[in-house]
Amino acid sequence: MIDADPIEPAPDSFGDRIGRAAAVLSRFSWSTRGGPGELEISLAGRITLDEAPALWKRVAGVLDPAQRFQSVTIDLAGVNEIDGACLALLVHLQTELSRRRVRCELRGAHPDVQRLIALYARRRRIKRRLPRRPRSVLEQIGEATAETGDALLAAFDFIGELVMATLHALRNPRTLNLRDVAFTMERAGADAVPIVLLINFLIGFVMAYQSSVQLRQFGANIFVADLVGVAMTRELGPLMTAIIVCGRSGAAFAAELGTMKVSEEVDALRTLGLVPLRYLVLPRICGLMLAAPLLALLADAIGIAGGALVAVLRLDLTLAAFFTELRQAVQLSDVLSGLAKSVVFAGATALIACQQGLATSGGAEGVGRRTTGAVVSTLFVLILLDAVFTVLFGALGL
Amino acid sequence: MSDPLIRVEGLSYGWGPRLLLESASFEVERGDVFLILGGSGSGKSTLLRHLIGLEAPRAGRIEIAGIGAPRLEGNAPEYGVMFQSGALFSSLTVGENVAFALHEWTELPPLAIRAIVKAKLALVGLEGTEDRLPAELSGGMKKRAAIARALALEPSLLFLDEPSAGLDPVSAAELDELITVLNRTLGLTVVMVTHELPSIFQVGKSCILLDPDSRSIIARGNPRALAQTNPDPRVQQFFQRRAR
Repeated sequence: MIDADPIEPAPDSFGDRIGRAAAVLSRFSWSTRGGPGELEISLAGRITLDEAPALWKRVAGVLDPAQRFQSVTIDLAGVNEIDGACLALLVHLQTELSRRRVRCELRGAHPDVQRLIALYARRRRIKRRLPRRPRSVLEQIGEATAETGDALLAAFDFIGELVMATLHALRNPRTLNLRDVAFTMERAGADAVPIVLLINFLIGFVMAYQSSVQLRQFGANIFVADLVGVAMTRELGPLMTAIIVCGRSGAAFAAELGTMKVSEEVDALRTLGLVPLRYLVLPRICGLMLAAPLLALLADAIGIAGGALVAVLRLDLTLAAFFTELRQAVQLSDVLSGLAKSVVFAGATALIACQQGLATSGGAEGVGRRTTGAVVSTLFVLILLDAVFTVLFGALGL
Repeated sequence: MSDPLIRVEGLSYGWGPRLLLESASFEVERGDVFLILGGSGSGKSTLLRHLIGLEAPRAGRIEIAGIGAPRLEGNAPEYGVMFQSGALFSSLTVGENVAFALHEWTELPPLAIRAIVKAKLALVGLEGTEDRLPAELSGGMKKRAAIARALALEPSLLFLDEPSAGLDPVSAAELDELITVLNRTLGLTVVMVTHELPSIFQVGKSCILLDPDSRSIIARGNPRALAQTNPDPRVQQFFQRRAR
């Protein structure tokens, strides 16, 4: 029996349609003959990756469990050219048939092709991992809890080491990497001024604009100065600045230290006798804690300026009236409490980013994961700290 | 009586639950070029990290110059290290990389440091590259610069992690030549991880061969002698570069 037909059409199947299209274009022939329980396949022509879909269709047909062969012979004598991918499909066919205790022989191949078949068919004993069984909800909660516990322990460990490094730096100020403190202040502080100004101007502007509708209804236009002044100095100036710093500098610190870790620069530093915490982390924390209050002060001022613009343009107030009201509404303690917050926010941002950076492992993917982790954790901690400050300042009457 | 520079006794280490080496003992003599050999995944670089003090062993003891485990952070380095990738500080120039340890651990004035940096870079064939950033160097140049940095504080012991890996044959041969010169002229003891056969025969005076399957040292001695006389098929497979 000779079967040299193109692939059987099978409607409604995308795979079949692809197979049919491939068969029309194929430049090889697949003919079969044989008696009961025997199949002899003769392949001829050029069999390359373009022909692989058509070939795979044929291979799958032979492997159909409904077919019951005792022996299959694949004759490659008529093949002019065959590439590695198509050969892999034939080797798969042979391996699969052997597994089903069907004799399968590839014959007539060029010696080079035979060598490639031998390499493809090489099997090493590999200890297969047991398939991971689906985990129950309870198990997942337990694992997540354990991971959180480990992360917290690592964070406390890091803070402990940092305290020791800080004490050492205080006792021996010469060992502090002052060059990096200045560099961090410039990069995280001075370079962030434009974006801090823009965002906080818009925050002050939007806040005043939204409140102007309500204030006008009650003839309380002048209180826009109170609202914008207190909100910017106590809350939004420091918080928005911290969020910007987290996105800019926190992510940069984590990525920078993470890259240094995976490229063995941190190890090199240790072999040169330096303590990474003292040399890399402390300067970043110090630099950011010094720069952040300056940025927050600028944020307060520009946010109030945004509010003043709305007051003049939309609420018919004069600048003099706005600032006179502002001076009565905003106390020095409002500004100082905001600045204190910004220092703590900056410390937390730098600490989390550096801890995540130095905990990086696993190459570029690890750097990305830790950078994302640093930003997400920092944002959460910032909001948490802000809530703590609000309650604390409320209790202290500040 | 021999006075080894490095003495390792009963060393065991691994990653996670996997043990890479179990109860290994060996010594490195002063003035030796000692090679840690083995196939990929046999734990050569991990052994080097333990010798340097970057990892703590699960069991066993490492002594360098008879003073126990190596001390790292907060102490002036007692030896030089070149990592596989060079691990130059990417934000510093080549000159600043070499000068780094001199600034940190000596009271030398900047001019003197500059002179030393120039000489060290000339020694490794990188004169005139002081102001270039590591990103501007080729792979071989980075490794040379890393050797110059490792030599900055005049150590008597140098650890090298696969110095010639990934280099073209000419650069690899030049690096081998440099290691031989450093060993002969400066009397440096060199501990080197490699699996490059030409380098092994060119620079190695003694070696150990790690086997990942038995998690042990399966051969030790002079590499040429091992290649010629050791009957162990695993040793011959390694030195004859035979496929499994």
